[in-house]
Amino acid sequence: MTLDELKKGEHAIVTKLSHTGSNHIRLMDLGILPGTHIQAELVSPLGDPTAYRVRETLIALRREQARQIEIERTEGK
Amino acid sequence: MTAHATPACETCPAFNASQLKKMGVNTDDADYVIALAGNPNTGKSTVFNTLTGLRQHVGNWPGKTVTRAEGGFNFNNKTYKLVDLPGTYSLLSTSVDEEVARDFILFGQPSVTVAVVDATRIERNLNLVIQILEITDHVVVALNLLDEAKRHGIEVDERHLARTLGVPVIPMVARKGQGVPELLQAIENVVNGEYQLRPYRIRQNDPKLEQVLNKMTAIIEQQYPDLPNARWVALRLLDGDASIEEAIRENRLGVLTQANRSLSIDYIYPVEAIS
Amino acid sequence: MNDTVDILKTAKQLRSELGDDYRAKLMEAIYSNATQITDTSVTYDSKKTKMTFDRVLDQALTHPIGGFLMMGLMFFAVFWITITGANIPSALLGEFLLGTVYNLLHNFATLISLPVWLSGFLIDGVYLATAWVIAVMLPPMAIFFPLFTLLEDFGYLPRVAFNLDRLFARAGAHGKQSLSMMMGYGCNAAGVISTRIIDSPRERLVAIITNNFSICNGRWPTLILMGTIFIGATAPPALASFFAAMSVVTIAVLGIVMTLLVSWGLSKTWLQGETSVFSLELPPYRPPQIMRTIYTSIIDRTLIVLWRAIWMAAPAGAVIWLISNIMIGDLSIAGHLVNFFNPLGLLLGLNGVIIVAYIVAIPANEIVIPTILMLTLTLGNNIAGAQPGVMLELDQSQVYTVLTQVGGWTMLTAVNLMLFSLLHNPCSTTILTIWNETKNKKWTFVATVLPIVLGVIITFSTSMIAHFFALV
Repeated sequence: MTLDELKKGEHAIVTKLSHTGSNHIRLMDLGILPGTHIQAELVSPLGDPTAYRVRETLIALRREQARQIEIERTEGK
Repeated sequence: MTAHATPACETCPAFNASQLKKMGVNTDDADYVIALAGNPNTGKSTVFNTLTGLRQHVGNWPGKTVTRAEGGFNFNNKTYKLVDLPGTYSLLSTSVDEEVARDFILFGQPSVTVAVVDATRIERNLNLVIQILEITDHVVVALNLLDEAKRHGIEVDERHLARTLGVPVIPMVARKGQGVPELLQAIENVVNGEYQLRPYRIRQNDPKLEQVLNKMTAIIEQQYPDLPNARWVALRLLDGDASIEEAIRENRLGVLTQANRSLSIDYIYPVEAIS
Repeated sequence: MNDTVDILKTAKQLRSELGDDYRAKLMEAIYSNATQITDTSVTYDSKKTKMTFDRVLDQALTHPIGGFLMMGLMFFAVFWITITGANIPSALLGEFLLGTVYNLLHNFATLISLPVWLSGFLIDGVYLATAWVIAVMLPPMAIFFPLFTLLEDFGYLPRVAFNLDRLFARAGAHGKQSLSMMMGYGCNAAGVISTRIIDSPRERLVAIITNNFSICNGRWPTLILMGTIFIGATAPPALASFFAAMSVVTIAVLGIVMTLLVSWGLSKTWLQGETSVFSLELPPYRPPQIMRTIYTSIIDRTLIVLWRAIWMAAPAGAVIWLISNIMIGDLSIAGHLVNFFNPLGLLLGLNGVIIVAYIVAIPANEIVIPTILMLTLTLGNNIAGAQPGVMLELDQSQVYTVLTQVGGWTMLTAVNLMLFSLLHNPCSTTILTIWNETKNKKWTFVATVLPIVLGVIITFSTSMIAHFFALV
């Protein structure tokens, strides 16, 4: 499944980053790599973007960015 | 076995004045140039303001619309010029901010780079610190926002952190002015060679990567024997970093020599950090 | 340089040996190093680590209802504090600079027998415009910017960008544009500089070009005045100030609509391109350093306003005085200009005086109304004893009388003036800032001309509609 399908409050582990464009480089700089723990924490009142907790930081990602990240849902940290 | 730092070269400049001039930093009236780096949102500007007071000037990096704040302070009869680098998450990407920060540390060879770290998010902030340590050994870590860390129940063993990173780690609450004298002292210690630096190096366990990296590093060291951070340049070349490639083509790496520093570092003998 | 070429060739070759995931492996290594180091140096007290306050606040500020409510409240508060807070200092500054010092200067000029034309030029022209800008500009800026900076330091502003991003994404822009847009309500030049927080050059340009649709502090007095004496006056007395406020809010909302529409338009045409990699961090909430922020912000703002007053307003004042006092035939240059532009003005539902005032006030929006009053009176029935080239202010009921009876203004004129004050070229400081930030003649030109083209189109349309329906 991809990150945009993760609902608010749910936890997951990143399994793969799709390599289109410079987006994945940026994501890596922010600490989103295969094996990283990620949690969907806040959703914008207009529906997009969603703020994810990654390595102690809250990063907002738009839906089309989140779609590039493959994940596996997990329970808690 | 006791180790020692070789005495500071009396006539060598403490920073790369000509390169700095190209970046628009006038170093005529400064004894030392200090770079201030760190992730965004670490209280870096507070540290900057606290150190420079009103003696600061805000402008642009030449040719770029990236803000640069520059200031000065005196400590123990020496004049220091402080340059605030843009807040960056990493030095491996090609955004303008990161290029500016990276170029300054690499080519400008500041006397000391102060890396401001948010004590509530050390793990994330160390990403940048580790990268900086690959470029330069002259680093002081300012462990800021310690009051916030306390509020969130986070306790940091800064002595252990300093031993592991191999550079001074100074706990601070910049907005209250706490830790500032200690920071200034640490900067002076590093600049005078009184602190035995044993900077952390990236450790990774992919054998293929290690092999290739060593090969590349060796080639670069052969071409530029005096380059203090050949391994980092190798890392960047393997990543296809265009600006490093350009620097090689334009022969700009040749000027970055160990002798441009006011102290030589002993890598060979492990030493207990003086803190 | 054979060796150099060799190095680069070897690098390329080794790179291909490593494959695509070199960077990922490297980043992974660095991050796991970081984790290792942290694990041995940092301990967490699990009770406190929940960071409950921060998270509760975030849930509240991004709540569908609560979030927008808070945003509305916050910005209303900022504007209200700025306007009411600036009233008394502006009045005091005005009394001092435009009263006491002004009179002193004239007395001194008489004392040293300065020729009338010279004292007129220097005091009524140069000094008066400079002092006007300082008195009107300084207090609101000294309040607005510290407030804004405090919100920023606290960490609230990224939440606003987060809440509004979808609107901007639809318009092909970045959520952070909402922030530079808000900054523009203080001063458009500052708004343009604040677009630096947007990484992508394309999205940055969009933010720069549309920043002028944020109504800067210098334009508020014009809008508030028109809203009060024309629009508010049409309502029953109890509702007068409500109507007045609503009219100003309507223009502001129109400005936001224009920002989004023009952003969308630019993204579809001249500034087409990929929506770049979106990036927004929501930092932890931090207690702002109130005193220090207020102090540094006030000093920064004060210096900028003073600089602007001297370099931009002073020459404008000189020009205003000169065109009002230099005669060609039996009419001043100003008079000739007003006559020349009158047909165009009327076509746009405005008049020649307004157009000339806007031309000479390119450096500073604050002096538009004083110049309009001066020109109206000196070129017409001078019931308030105005002097050529000497800007003046009157109280609100007097202004109404002068504009309508002497200037022949109608409701249409007032409404179109409000529209035009939203949709005209940026002030000269902003134009200069745009040039500095973009170093691109084409985009600086577009940013300067696009708003006024829109202004002409819209005022022309409302004017046509008003005449067609015989509303005027």
